[in-house]
Amino acid sequence: MNKIVSLICGIIFGIGLVISEMINPAKVLGFLNIFDKWDPSLAFVMIGALIVSTPLFHLFKKNDKPLFSSNFLISNNKEIDKRLIIGSILFGTGWGLIGLCPGPAISSLALLNISSVAFVFWMSIGFYIASKFNK
Amino acid sequence: MNIINFTPVTALIGGLLIGLSVILFFILNGRMIGVSGIASNFLIAKDKKIENLLFLVGLILGPLICTFLLGKEINISISSSLPLLTAGGVLVGFGTRLSSGCTSGHGISGISRFSLRSIIATITFMIVGILTVLITNIL
Repeated sequence: MNKIVSLICGIIFGIGLVISEMINPAKVLGFLNIFDKWDPSLAFVMIGALIVSTPLFHLFKKNDKPLFSSNFLISNNKEIDKRLIIGSILFGTGWGLIGLCPGPAISSLALLNISSVAFVFWMSIGFYIASKFNK
Repeated sequence: MNIINFTPVTALIGGLLIGLSVILFFILNGRMIGVSGIASNFLIAKDKKIENLLFLVGLILGPLICTFLLGKEINISISSSLPLLTAGGVLVGFGTRLSSGCTSGHGISGISRFSLRSIIATITFMIVGILTVLITNIL
């Protein structure tokens, strides 16, 4: 059941990225271009997502366990450390250069765009390098 | 500052769907979605391999369903050169794992939980993203 849920959640997420056009890096760069020609759409995507997930998260976290799994798996890391800040700065730089973050990048593989394939390849290399750092 | 290409309605609807995906995954599977975590765990970790893979497959099926079942035309434009895509890809992959989250993991899942870490991460990558675009425009 877990696996079917995963697939369905991926599909819903992917459709959300298409409808909101966040799958298009030009749209994301438009949001980050706040001092020139600004496209505020991305803020509305976040508002839309948060008004669903925030109240329901706080409602359901009181449950003993999820429906199809033995327990909730949620990060309890509260530390504001160098890794958090440096990682976010590096991510923000890459995001601002191309306009792609992991979700839209992977979703856009569906369009067989050579640039997004290259991006996802190098992003995966970034994952590997970070996994060596995390040891 | 001029506002252009603003699509508030489709942005909000798309956002609601993303929020629905996040909350269903939490209520049913017990995990909060972060795409960078799911993708890197699929590649590197041994645990929950199939669950992670199927989420990623779903992410790719989403656009295909929009195109072939709903007849929606999807336009994306990436004008970056290969060296830039390489640098951007490595920075996004490495940065999101060093800080344990991306736009979905920190920006949506983390903020939903009122995680201070995620709020600080989101503000940081947004400001840096804005500055990067500002600098790119000048160069």
